[in-house]
Amino acid sequence: MAAVLESLLREEVSVAAAVRWIARSAQSSEVTAPTRPQAWPESAFRDDPGEAAALSSLRPLRKEFVPFLLNFLREQSSRVLPQGPPTPAKAPGSSAALPGRPGGPPRGGRGARSQLFPPTEPSSTAAAEAPSARRGGRRRGPGPGRERGGRGSGGLEEGVSGESSPWAGGRRPRGSGSPGSPSLARSDPPNLSNLEEFPPVGSVPPGPAGTKPSRRINPTPVSEERSLSKPKTCFTSPPINCVPSSQSSVPDTSPWGHGLPPGCRSLQEEREMLRKERSKQLQQSPTPACPTSESGSPLPSRTGNLTAEPADPARVSSRQRLELIALIYSSCIAENLVPNLFLELFFVLQLLTARRMVATKESDLEPIPGALDSLESPLFQSVHDCVFFAVQVLEHQFQVLSYLDKGTLKLLAENERLLCFSPALQGRLRAAYEGSVAKVSLAMPPSAQAVSFQPETDNRANFSSDRAFHTFKKQRDVFFEVLREWEDRHEEPGWDFEKGLGSRIRAMMGQLSAACSHSHFVRLFQKQLLQMCQSPSGTGGTVLGEAPDVLSMLGADKLGRLRRLQERLVAPQSSGGPCPPPTFPGCQGFFRDFILSASSFQFNQHLMDSLSLKIRELNSLALPQPEPSDEDGESDVDWQGERRQFAMVLLSLRLLAKFLGFVAFLPYRGPEPPPTRELQDSILALRSQVPPALDVRALLQQGLRARRAVLTVPWLVEFLSLADHIVPLLDYYRSIFTLLLHLHRSLVLSKESEGEMCFLNKLLLLAVLGWLFQIPTVPEDLFFLEEGQLDTFEVDTVTSEQGLDGMPVVDQHLLYTCCPYIGELRKLLASWVSGSSGRSGGFVRKITPTTTTGLGAQPPRTTQGLQAQLAQAFFHNQPPSLRRTVEFVAERIGSNCVKHIKATLVADLVRQAESLLQEQLVTQGQEGGDPAQLLEILCSQLCPHGAQALTRGREFCQKKSPGAVRALLPEETPAAVLSSAENIAVGLATEKACAWLSANITALIRREVKAAVSRTLRAQGPEPAARGERRGCSRACEHHAPLPSHLISEIKDVLALAVGPRDPEEGVSPEHLEQLLGQLGQTLRCRQFLCPPAEQHLAKCSVELASLLVADQIPVLGPPVQHRLERGQARRLLHMLLSLWKDDFQVPVPLQLLLSPRNLGLLADTRPREWDLLLFLLRELVEKGLMGRTEIEACLGSLHDAQWPKDFSEELATLFNPLLAEPHMPEPQLRACELVQTNRGTVLAQS
Amino acid sequence: MILTKAQYDEIAQCLVSVPPTRQSLRKLKQRFPSQSQATLLSIFSQEYQKHIKRTHAKHHTSEAIESYYQRYLNGVGRNGAAPVLLDLANEVDYAPSLMARIILERFLQEHEETPPSKSVINSMLRDPSQIPDGVLANQVYQCIVNDCCYGPLVDCIKHAIGHEHEVLLRDLLLEKSLSFLDEDQLRAKGYDKTPDFILQVPVAVEGHIIHWIESKASFGDECSHHAYLHDQFWSYWNRFGPGLVIYWYGFIQELDCNRERGILLKACFPTDIVTLCHSLA
Repeated sequence: MAAVLESLLREEVSVAAAVRWIARSAQSSEVTAPTRPQAWPESAFRDDPGEAAALSSLRPLRKEFVPFLLNFLREQSSRVLPQGPPTPAKAPGSSAALPGRPGGPPRGGRGARSQLFPPTEPSSTAAAEAPSARRGGRRRGPGPGRERGGRGSGGLEEGVSGESSPWAGGRRPRGSGSPGSPSLARSDPPNLSNLEEFPPVGSVPPGPAGTKPSRRINPTPVSEERSLSKPKTCFTSPPINCVPSSQSSVPDTSPWGHGLPPGCRSLQEEREMLRKERSKQLQQSPTPACPTSESGSPLPSRTGNLTAEPADPARVSSRQRLELIALIYSSCIAENLVPNLFLELFFVLQLLTARRMVATKESDLEPIPGALDSLESPLFQSVHDCVFFAVQVLEHQFQVLSYLDKGTLKLLAENERLLCFSPALQGRLRAAYEGSVAKVSLAMPPSAQAVSFQPETDNRANFSSDRAFHTFKKQRDVFFEVLREWEDRHEEPGWDFEKGLGSRIRAMMGQLSAACSHSHFVRLFQKQLLQMCQSPSGTGGTVLGEAPDVLSMLGADKLGRLRRLQERLVAPQSSGGPCPPPTFPGCQGFFRDFILSASSFQFNQHLMDSLSLKIRELNSLALPQPEPSDEDGESDVDWQGERRQFAMVLLSLRLLAKFLGFVAFLPYRGPEPPPTRELQDSILALRSQVPPALDVRALLQQGLRARRAVLTVPWLVEFLSLADHIVPLLDYYRSIFTLLLHLHRSLVLSKESEGEMCFLNKLLLLAVLGWLFQIPTVPEDLFFLEEGQLDTFEVDTVTSEQGLDGMPVVDQHLLYTCCPYIGELRKLLASWVSGSSGRSGGFVRKITPTTTTGLGAQPPRTTQGLQAQLAQAFFHNQPPSLRRTVEFVAERIGSNCVKHIKATLVADLVRQAESLLQEQLVTQGQEGGDPAQLLEILCSQLCPHGAQALTRGREFCQKKSPGAVRALLPEETPAAVLSSAENIAVGLATEKACAWLSANITALIRREVKAAVSRTLRAQGPEPAARGERRGCSRACEHHAPLPSHLISEIKDVLALAVGPRDPEEGVSPEHLEQLLGQLGQTLRCRQFLCPPAEQHLAKCSVELASLLVADQIPVLGPPVQHRLERGQARRLLHMLLSLWKDDFQVPVPLQLLLSPRNLGLLADTRPREWDLLLFLLRELVEKGLMGRTEIEACLGSLHDAQWPKDFSEELATLFNPLLAEPHMPEPQLRACELVQTNRGTVLAQS
Repeated sequence: MILTKAQYDEIAQCLVSVPPTRQSLRKLKQRFPSQSQATLLSIFSQEYQKHIKRTHAKHHTSEAIESYYQRYLNGVGRNGAAPVLLDLANEVDYAPSLMARIILERFLQEHEETPPSKSVINSMLRDPSQIPDGVLANQVYQCIVNDCCYGPLVDCIKHAIGHEHEVLLRDLLLEKSLSFLDEDQLRAKGYDKTPDFILQVPVAVEGHIIHWIESKASFGDECSHHAYLHDQFWSYWNRFGPGLVIYWYGFIQELDCNRERGILLKACFPTDIVTLCHSLA
C-alpha cells in the first residue's frame, strides 16, 4: 500500500487516477476477489497506460488502500495529538501500530475491531502483539490474538483473510507495534516487491520510539478476564481527569507502551507521573507567539501543557507532499471510501487544534535529506504541518462543513489557525455562518403526559371478561405508579431500578393472563414510549447551536472565559464522542429497564408484534408526495408541515426500531462473541433457522426501490445497532449490510444531478451509516471487505419514481437530533478555545467486506382499479397538501360516519330492543327467561335492519365530505380541482365507512343489544320506582332550598332527642319542628340537590317523626321546662306531613311503618294511651288515598304476631275493627276513640 | 378552610377518645369557634373512623362479643327502656351503630336456624322494625339515631353531601360555560375510572392545566388524601392527564404538593379559570 502512496507522491500516478482505481476496487465485483485476478476487466484500466501500469502491479491491494491511508494518517499524527482531545479516528487495520491513543476511551472498544486482520498475520513478534494492541487501551496486556483469530477466520473473512491474503500482510507488520519494527523499518527501506515484508511505514517515526508509548496509555483499567474478549463496555469514555495528556509520562522502557504492563502499574501511579511530567512541561512551555485572533491562544489554559503551540504557515515542511496526501484523503472522503465521514472530520479538526508536537529533539525534525517525497520521513513534522494538512482537507470538505450547525461554523470561522492558513476558507465559513438559519424547529409536544384512555380501544367491550378489564385497569395504574416513582428516584444515588421496582413490575405482569390483556398492556406501553421518548428532550439530546450566538453578543474579550464555562456546562452531556455506542438516554432507560425487569416472554413477544406493526405502518405512511420542490414561497408553509411530519415519523420509527432491536436480540445478547469457531458455526446454524422479528430486508429493499431510503435507513440502523455479535454473520442480515454498504458508497455528496438525493438527506444517511459501521457488534472488517454488484442496486433505484429521497425532508435540526454525535465537532472546537481537553473519543473502525447477495425480486405491482389510478394521476400534479387534505377528510368522515351510524341507527335498534324486551318481560313474568335466548330472539329481529347502515352511511359521506374538503382547501382552488377532490373524498370516505360497516354492523348491533339486555335485566331488580321521572324543579326555582343532607341531619337530631337519652335541658320547640317540615317541603319541591337515597331516607325519617308525634314522644323545649307537645300543634304538624307525603315525595313513603310493632309499641308504652292522633292520621291517609284500607288491615293483621300487653291488644281490636268495617263514616270512630280517653277530656278541634 | 399541618394536628389532638355523640360535637364547636362546623365535623368523623379502624378487631373477638351480649341481656333484663346498648357502646369506646350490629348479629345467631346474611342484617339496621324482638329493635334504633359517625342514616347523610357538592360543582361549571362529561356519561362510554367531571376542553387554574375535576365533600387529611391519590387521583391522571380536586371542607395545606405533577388541590371552586381562546382574530 505504501507503494501506491509512494507512487502518488512521486507523481507517477495522478490523484484522480488513484481515486478511480480505489473506487473501482470498492465497487466492481469482478475486481474485488483477490483470488481471481484473471477476471480483471479491461475497463478498469482505461486510464493513462502509464498510470495503469504503475497501478496494475498493485491491483491485489486496491481494497486495502483506504484502510492503509487512514491508518497511516493516524499513525503519523500520533505525536501531535497526544494531549489533545482523544482521537477516535483510528482507521481499521492499522490500529495495531497505534493502540491506545491517550485519552481515546472509545477507542478501547474500537480498537478491538481492528483486529480482523491479525489472525492471518505471518509469524513475527508483531503478529503476537497485534491483536492485543489493536484492542487499544482496553486490553493492555500482550493478549494473544487467539479469539480474534478464531473469529476473524470465521464467517465473513473466510477466504479473504487467510494466510494467503495478499493485503493482510502489508499492514500487519506495520501494525505490529513490536519494539523491533521501527528499527527494521529504518534499516530496510520498503521493498515494494515483497509485500509480505513491507515494513510498517507509519510506525517509523523519526523520533525515538519512546515518544510513542504515551499513545498507548489508556486510563481505563483493564481486567484480565476480559483479555480474551471484546470489551463489554467498550464505548464508555473514561472520565476526563483520567485522560493522560502527556506522552512522555511513560518511560521509554515500556516497549510500545502497552501502557500498563498487566498488573504492574496502577492508574494512580500513572496519573502521579503524569502530574509531574505536566508540571515539568509547564515550566518549559514556550510563550505563545501565534498570529493572534480574537479568541485564540492568549487564553490561559487550564493546564500548562495544554498551551497551544503557535502554528505558522511559513514553517510548514514539505507542503507539496501534504497537499497531495490531503487531496487523496479528501477524495477518499468525498467518494465515501471511508467508513465514517464525521469521524474523519473529527480527526481533521483534531489536527487543526493540535496543541503542540510531542517533545522531540529538534534534530529529529530535520528532514532526512532526499526522503522528502517518500514516506520515509514523517508526514507531520510539526504542528504547522498538521494545521496545514487539516486546513487543506477542510477546504476540500467545505461543502459538508457549510451544512454544520451555526455554532460549529462560528467556531471554525473564528479559529485563528484556520484564518492564518486559509483566509479564503475562513471567509467562506464566515459567509456560511452568516447565511445559516435554523430551518425548522421541531415543535414537539411536552412529554410525560400519560396515555389517555380511549373508550374505543379501552372500554369493557374490548376485553374478554370483566376480570380482564378490571385487571387491566389496575395494571394501568401500577404502570404509571412505577413510572412516577422512576421519575422521582432514578437519579438518586444508589437507587436501583430492579431493586426498587422489579418485583412490583413482575407482580403486575403476572396478572396479565389473557393474551388480550397482553396486547392491551403492550399498546399502553408502546404509546407511552412514543409519547415520552420521541421528543429530543426525552432522549437526552442537547440543544444545538444557540449558545455561541448568545456568547457572541457578550463581547469577544469575555468569550474565552464564557466558552470555558459553557464547555464545562455542556461537556457532561457529551454523548460519548463522535462514535458513541447505542444507548437509552433519558426516559428510554425506563422502558428498557422495564422490559428487563419484567422479563416476560409473553410481554416481549407481544411487544415485538406491536412494534413491528407500528414500524410497518409508519414506514409505509404516505409522506410528502413527490412533487413541488420547485414551487416557491407559498409552498413553504406546506413544506414546514411536511418536514415536521417527516421528522416526527422518522423519530418515532427510530425509537420503535431501537426497541424492537433491543427486544428481538435480547435473548442472544452477550458481551462477547462466541469464543470458538465451532461454537460460532453451530450458533450460526441455529440462528439462520430463526425468521427475523420483522422482515427488515424486504422493507429496506422496498425503501430503496421507492426511494425512501431517507426514511427507512435511519430506523433500520437503530434496529441493527442493537444486534448481537452473531447477527451480522447471518446470511439474512449480511445481505442487509451489503445493501447498506452499497447505499453508503452511492451517496456521493458532490453529485448533484437531477433525481439525486438531497444533500442533507445524504448527510443524514452517511452519518447514521458511518455510526453503524463503528458499532462493536458489527464486524470491523465489514466495511472494507464488501464487494458487490452495484448494478442491481443502481438499476433498482433508477427505475423508481422520485420518492422521499429527492425531497428536502431532512433539515439540520433533524440531522443533529438523529446524530447528536456530530455535535462532537463543535465540542472539539470549543475545547480548543477554552483550553480544556475534550473528553470524548470515538472508536476506531475496521475493515471488511462481504459477498453480495442479489436484491430480492420486485414484488408484483398491485393492480389498482382504473378509478384509483385516475385519482392517483389527479393528485400527481397537485400540491401534496391537497392529497393529504383529501385523505384526511376521507379518513375522518369515514370514521365519523361509523360513529354516526352507531349513535343513530344502532341506538334506535337498541331502543327497540329495550322495548321488545320489556314486552317480553311483561308477558313472561319478572324473569323473562334465559338472557341468552332473549338475546337471540332480539338479534334475529333486529340485525336485518343493519342493512340500512350502508345506505345511511353513503348518504352521510355524501353529505359531509364536500364541505370539509372545501373548508380545508385554499379558496383559490380551481372549481374543477375542487369538485374532483370532493368526489374523491366522498368516494374514499364511503369506501372506508362501508367496508367497516358491512363487515361489522351485525356484530356491533349484537354487542350493543347484548349490553342493553343485561342492563335492562339488571335494572329489573332494585328500585324500579327510581326509574321514573326525576329531577326537575319549576323553571323559576332558584335552588335556595335547604340541602337534603342538612335536613336528614336535623331530623335525625330530633329523632335522637325523642328516642333519648337526652339531657334535661334538651328539647325542640314546636316552631322548630314546623320550620323543619316547611324546609322539607321546599327541598322536596326544589329537587336540585336531591338524590333518590336521600329522598328515601327523608321519607322514612318523616314517617318516624309522625310516629313519635302520634305517640306524643317529642320533648318540647320551653318555658318553663320540658313538656309534651300540644295536641293542636301535633295535629298541625301531622297535616303538614300528610301534605308532603301526598304532594311532594316522589319516592314511595314507607307509611306502613306507622303501624309497625315498634312504632305502635311507642304508644303501648304510654300511660294512659291516647289514640286520637293515630286514628286521625289513619283516617287522613285513607282519605287522601295514601293508604288503602286493605293495606292498613294487612298491617294490623301482622300486629297480632307481636307480644303486646293484653289490654293493648284489646284496645287495638276495639278501635280498629269499626274503622275498617265502616269506611265511609269516620265520625263515629272518632267518637269511639274519644270514648276511650279517660282523663284528658280534650275534644279535638275539628276545624 | 385550608389548615396547616400544625393546625390540623391541634384539632385532631382534641378528638382522641371522644364518643361520636351530638354532645361531643357541641363541645368541639365551642372549642374551635373559628373553624367551620362542617370542617370540624368532617375531621371529627375521619378521626373517629381511624380510631375505630384501629380498634375494630378487639371488639370482634368471640370473647368480646359474648361479653357484650351478656351485658346487653342483663341490662335489658333489668330495664328494657333504658339505653342499654348505647351506654355499653360508649363505655367500651365503640361506635353505637357498630355495637348494635354486633348484638343484632349475635341475637339472630341465637334465634334463627341459619346464620344471618349480611344483607338481612343491613336491612334490619336500616329499618329496625324488622327486628323480631321489640326491645332490641328499640335499642338498635336508639343507637343508630344517636351515632353521628356510623350507621345507615349517617351513611345517607354523607352520600347526600357528596351528591349535593357534585350538583353544586356541575352548576358552577354550567355557569362558566365549561362543557364537560359527567360520571354517568363516562360510565356509559365504558371508561374504567371516572372522575366526577372531565372537561371537554381543558382549562388552566393558577397556571396549571386541568382536564378533570373531582369533588370531595370532606376534609382532606393525610390518610384519606393518600388513599384517594392511590385509588382515584393518580388513576385519573393516568388516563386523562392533570386535574383538580376540590376538598369542599378544606385540606391540609402541605398535601397540595403535586401541583407540578398534575394534581391541584382547592377548597372551593377556582375563581381564575383561563380558557382556551377560540378566536383570536
